[in-house]
Amino acid sequence: MDDALSLVFVMLAATLRVATPLVLCAMAGLFSERSGIIDVGLEGKMLMAAFFAATTAAVTGSAWLGVGAAIVAAEVLALLHGFACITHRGNQVVSGVALNILAAGLTVVLGAAWFARGGQTPSLVGEQRLMPLFFSKAGDNILVYVALASVPLTWWIVSRTRFGLRLRAVGEMPLAVEAAGISVAWLRYRAVLLCGLLTGLAGAYIAIAQNAGFSRDMTAGQGFIALAAIIFGKWRPVPAFGACLVFGLLDAIAIRLQGVRLPGLGEVPVQLIQALPYLLTIFLLAGFIGRAVAPKAAGIPYEKER
Amino acid sequence: MLLAVSALGASAAAQTAIKPAVVYSTGGKFDKSFNEGVSQGAEKFKKETSIAVAEFEPSNETQFEQAQRRFAQRGQDPIVAVGFSQAVSLEKVAKEFLNTHFTLIDMVVPLPNVQSVVFKEHEGSFLVGVLAALASKTGKIGFVGGMDIPLVRRFQCGYEQGIKYANPGAELIANMTGTTPAAWNDPGRGAELAKGQFDRNVDVVYAAAGSTGIGVLQAAKDRGKYAIGVDSNQNHLHPGTMLTSMLKRVDLAAYQSFKSMQGASWRAGVQVLGLKEGGVDWALDQHNEKLITADMKAKVEAAKADIISGKLVVHDYMSNNACK
Repeated sequence: MDDALSLVFVMLAATLRVATPLVLCAMAGLFSERSGIIDVGLEGKMLMAAFFAATTAAVTGSAWLGVGAAIVAAEVLALLHGFACITHRGNQVVSGVALNILAAGLTVVLGAAWFARGGQTPSLVGEQRLMPLFFSKAGDNILVYVALASVPLTWWIVSRTRFGLRLRAVGEMPLAVEAAGISVAWLRYRAVLLCGLLTGLAGAYIAIAQNAGFSRDMTAGQGFIALAAIIFGKWRPVPAFGACLVFGLLDAIAIRLQGVRLPGLGEVPVQLIQALPYLLTIFLLAGFIGRAVAPKAAGIPYEKER
Repeated sequence: MLLAVSALGASAAAQTAIKPAVVYSTGGKFDKSFNEGVSQGAEKFKKETSIAVAEFEPSNETQFEQAQRRFAQRGQDPIVAVGFSQAVSLEKVAKEFLNTHFTLIDMVVPLPNVQSVVFKEHEGSFLVGVLAALASKTGKIGFVGGMDIPLVRRFQCGYEQGIKYANPGAELIANMTGTTPAAWNDPGRGAELAKGQFDRNVDVVYAAAGSTGIGVLQAAKDRGKYAIGVDSNQNHLHPGTMLTSMLKRVDLAAYQSFKSMQGASWRAGVQVLGLKEGGVDWALDQHNEKLITADMKAKVEAAKADIISGKLVVHDYMSNNACK
């Protein structure tokens, strides 16, 4: 019984550890996309944030300054995205991809120039990292709880506040919002800034809580998985959170199942285990979640009527 | 300029002036492990001879061929290619530049201008396996490999034999990080794999995974478990939890390639470096001496002597693609 309980505990902990950056990123993307701004650049923002979190923590010795720097870095990219897509009505996908490429290159170049370690930052120790709060085994640092809290908060903001109502409206029919005398651009900028804040936290988590330092491309595609989670969740916070947890759980299972002999099946090949999350994704996408309808105005630059 | 050339010419009488180059593997020059070992060898050569060593760090596998060819075109010679995954492109490029000397680490390409340096990782891994089994209190011992390829299985297999040699009842829990080259560069996943093993009562983990290993060693430090480093001496990373490191002297391979080229004694062909040749070993220094008891040291040194003398044969996974 104790064994079963502790197994549940470690699986839950592993799921949450893996899912934390996904959840933060999914909520970030949700704000942006609900306002009508497609954000393929979650990955890039997160990577840039991770780099500046590790760099600042290494230089100043404070994890909190690292978190602050991560948020600032992600916000700068978010504003750049906003400037290109909202102010200049550029193509949102192109801008997002450009941000990803920019972040992948810039982090390595700056890292190599500042620390001469081929793009890595120095290893972080002690105060430079966010440590677990209650269970040292679980790795439950403050950002895990922030991620958990971000879900009801996002839900509340999006569906229960005036700002949320307008946010949804501007993603569906910006013309109507404009007609009501509300600035489409300012609303969308606020959504993009919220997105920057959350991706900043996700990046900080990866660099200074989950790991101890930055290394090249360390976000490893998690921004895109978060994007998939948003689509799974049909652009709603709680289902998107569920999708993130499923991805996290699958990952945790994949790790535990490796090299384990299952009764009747023998040892499961590594390749199959690692393909499991993707297989399930296709399976779910094809049969179970039904049609995912994006906000109607997503991806369409808004032009004022004259 | 002329002066410089004639000065070089003068010294060339004894030692040929060379333009060496290194193409690193995708783990990157500062992986604190495999590639960093090579870079230490290159640094040593640079310091001793003040000859510049051209270096390239590819960000993905498709750049290997470009980098090798670019260096060869520029007249760099010899060119050290780091890692098994460069073999395919090196075979192509070496045929195009027959007068250029290539040294390939970790894989064999049988060409007249290629020197292939391979290591008996199973022998070194056997020794750290002995230490792991002796240090473990739970009898459960972990292994985190990088990309799932026969070479990494060779580490695992030697390690497992060492564990069974020292404690036949011990259990090995092994994980591979992935099946693509990205598996060498994913410390987050490495940490997660290690934590998964610790949750299953593992108390010593061996990382043979390039940059991914950094995450494994960090996770061991965070949980207060023992970790074993690989390729370079990684004991200094986390004194107190680093039990030892399996040394693979890739630094020597690179250094000797340059040095022999300079002395005009460079030879093509296959070099197999094991315990006997000093190509692999276990690391004992001021950072881990407190963790290694006299008894442990005696047992591992006895095993080492037996392997060198041939009394103890460590099975090589790559000889039959099976660990038995």
